[in-house]
Amino acid sequence: MLTISGSPHIHGDNSTKKIMYGVVVALMPAVLVSVYFFGLNAVRVLLLSVIFSLFFEWIIQKYLIKGPVTITDGSALVTGILLAFNVPSNLPSWMVIVGALVAIGIAKMSFGGLGKNIFNPALVARVFLLVSFPVQMTSWPKAAVLPMGLADVITGPTPLGFIKEGLGAGKSMAELTQHLPSYMQALVGQMGGSMGEVSALALILGGLYMLRKKIITWEIPVSVLLTVFVFSGILWWINPGKFTDPVFNLLTGGLMLGAIFMATDMVTSPMTRGGKLIFGFGIGLITMLIRVWGAYPEGVSFAILLMNSVVPLIDRGFKPRRFGARPGVELIK
Amino acid sequence: MGFLKTFTLGGIHPPENKLSANKFIEVLPIPPRVMVPLGQNLGAPSKALVKRGDKVKAGQLIASGESFISANLHSPVSGTVFKLDNVVDASGYRRPAVIINVDGDKWEDGIDISDKLISDINLTAEEIIQKVKTAGIVGMGGATFPTHVKLMVPPGKKAEYLIINGVECEPYLTADHRLMLEKGPEIMVGTQLLMRALKVDKAIIGIENNKPDAIGHLTELAKSYAGISVQPVMVKYPQGGEKQLIKALLNREVPSTKLPIEVGCVVQNVGTAFAVYEAVQKNKPLIDRIITVTGKAVKKPSNFKVRIGTPLKFLIEAAEGLPENTGKIIGGGPMMGKALFSEDVPVVKGSSGILLMPVEESHRKEEGPCIRCSKCTEACPMGLEPFLLARAARASRYDMAEKERIMDCIECGSCQYTCPANIPLLDYLRLGKNKVGGLIRARHKK
Repeated sequence: MLTISGSPHIHGDNSTKKIMYGVVVALMPAVLVSVYFFGLNAVRVLLLSVIFSLFFEWIIQKYLIKGPVTITDGSALVTGILLAFNVPSNLPSWMVIVGALVAIGIAKMSFGGLGKNIFNPALVARVFLLVSFPVQMTSWPKAAVLPMGLADVITGPTPLGFIKEGLGAGKSMAELTQHLPSYMQALVGQMGGSMGEVSALALILGGLYMLRKKIITWEIPVSVLLTVFVFSGILWWINPGKFTDPVFNLLTGGLMLGAIFMATDMVTSPMTRGGKLIFGFGIGLITMLIRVWGAYPEGVSFAILLMNSVVPLIDRGFKPRRFGARPGVELIK
Repeated sequence: MGFLKTFTLGGIHPPENKLSANKFIEVLPIPPRVMVPLGQNLGAPSKALVKRGDKVKAGQLIASGESFISANLHSPVSGTVFKLDNVVDASGYRRPAVIINVDGDKWEDGIDISDKLISDINLTAEEIIQKVKTAGIVGMGGATFPTHVKLMVPPGKKAEYLIINGVECEPYLTADHRLMLEKGPEIMVGTQLLMRALKVDKAIIGIENNKPDAIGHLTELAKSYAGISVQPVMVKYPQGGEKQLIKALLNREVPSTKLPIEVGCVVQNVGTAFAVYEAVQKNKPLIDRIITVTGKAVKKPSNFKVRIGTPLKFLIEAAEGLPENTGKIIGGGPMMGKALFSEDVPVVKGSSGILLMPVEESHRKEEGPCIRCSKCTEACPMGLEPFLLARAARASRYDMAEKERIMDCIECGSCQYTCPANIPLLDYLRLGKNKVGGLIRARHKK
């Protein structure tokens, strides 16, 4: 029996699974750092988040939709890890489970599953948890080298939270910066924050891996980071006593995690180069607006979700350069 | 290296698998019976001039191209017309063909079948075009557009460059490669004939860099032919597409819906240049061609010179048989070739290869949901958004498909090749193009 099908008759070795597991590999350095700094608690949150993300996807696909079960495609695994990355390591277990349900059940499956969701599932869950349980979601354990216990004792604000609070209380920037982590500490991840966001270095490493494997393209991370750098740089240049410096802005908060792993989520980001650049610019801009003038010390999650919502518009407005679309430009006389 | 010319938008690099690149062209024996389909060229089918029982000689006209875009057809063998009947051709449909029982190998008078190179050109452009038309030559790269029509530059337009396409970007295929190695001088003379027909003084032969021997050979030969240059280009699919090749060689973009002549170019395949040489210098009509028989399980991947009308099974036998695990027979290359229903399909003017695929590579992988990765958009050499066009076609939104320029699609398959979700994008794009094409024609009629 001969098979009849339309061309092409060969296919590249790319697959959805390969992409998703590639992201998982890229997340590994940050996973290791989070375990290193937050200990067994990090393992607990990671496992709970991953297991319940997979569980909710399975149960919804099997019993609610009664369709094919696709939990091995790696997408729920990625969502699980990213959700864990976006919460403090001392978050109560049941809240992590609620987060997984919101991410998979509401943000992903109710839109139609993989590829159909408008908003990044892990971020929807994070924002849901943040507005529902503001106390637990903002008590950050201090990153310490290999804390082996499950109960963290020392908690404190993130550097961004610390600055916002301090400035609000009328303290001077010079006074505040003495208590901030050094650039080196911030780069490695020795500071308060969500589990996966602390180490810029580990996240950049993962980002480079994804670039190399062509899972992501440079446009979104670069435009997000560049916008934040330029925006905060201008403010800092105008008044260094009132605004934090641009490098500090790059290294702290969820910016690296957001720019490299959350904003680049294929499903919820634009598809053309121009669209990606404007998308990244929007995220950087909204992040800085919230950081400087908003009620929250950090705004990356809100910025990404807001920009997620305009992706269909961006896709409509930014088309790839069509071949032969510039008649006359390269024609002979 | 690294600075080789290529086209800028999109493109992919599938495994090359040029298994038969080192195999000399073998002349395949004439089969006992040939089937010559009447519709071998793009445009209107030829009109049969023979009837049952007629004696024919090799090279004798048996069907004529009557309308503007049509081509003459000659008997590839000598023998007796057995009947005019419908046979299944590469399209899978039963189409009219002339079936001839072979008897010896007698040729029509005036055809020079020796190997002697005749390089003196003493014909005018009009005479060359007339000879090309008489000989029934069509685009040998696979598009089978009648060559004489392409050589008649429309009034108001001027050709500046002749581009000879020796890219052969399809994986597996090596027919053009071998032809360039073994028939170099003939290709050069053919190129000069085409230059004279088009009244141009510049010709560029574009060859992908994975054929360094062909590049070297033709570059050396080109030194003694005025106006012809050889340009190596980067290995990237679909560089053999006319528009992509012009972009790569001259950095000119053929405007949407327009022909290469718009930017002063006419593109001809190396096989066509060779056929033009034979037609003009040797009076030999197009009755045979070079074709690659290949595949990972094929015992003897080969390049054959074969008469038109020979059933594919003779070629497959000559390559030491159909491998046991064959799951698909493809007429052409793996990217743009057609899956065939049987090995009884005859060789036609546009056949460039036969690819035998093992069962395990014959089936498509299971389709998943689009994850908006934009790989298709990045791979599209025409700067289209295949995911969007496929979605429009799926939803019968032909207005939207037309606005998003679905008719620019060259059906190269790069989008589908790269899609991680294995979505049959090109199936939907073809459907969309078909429908939109119908709508456009209907609009013009009004």
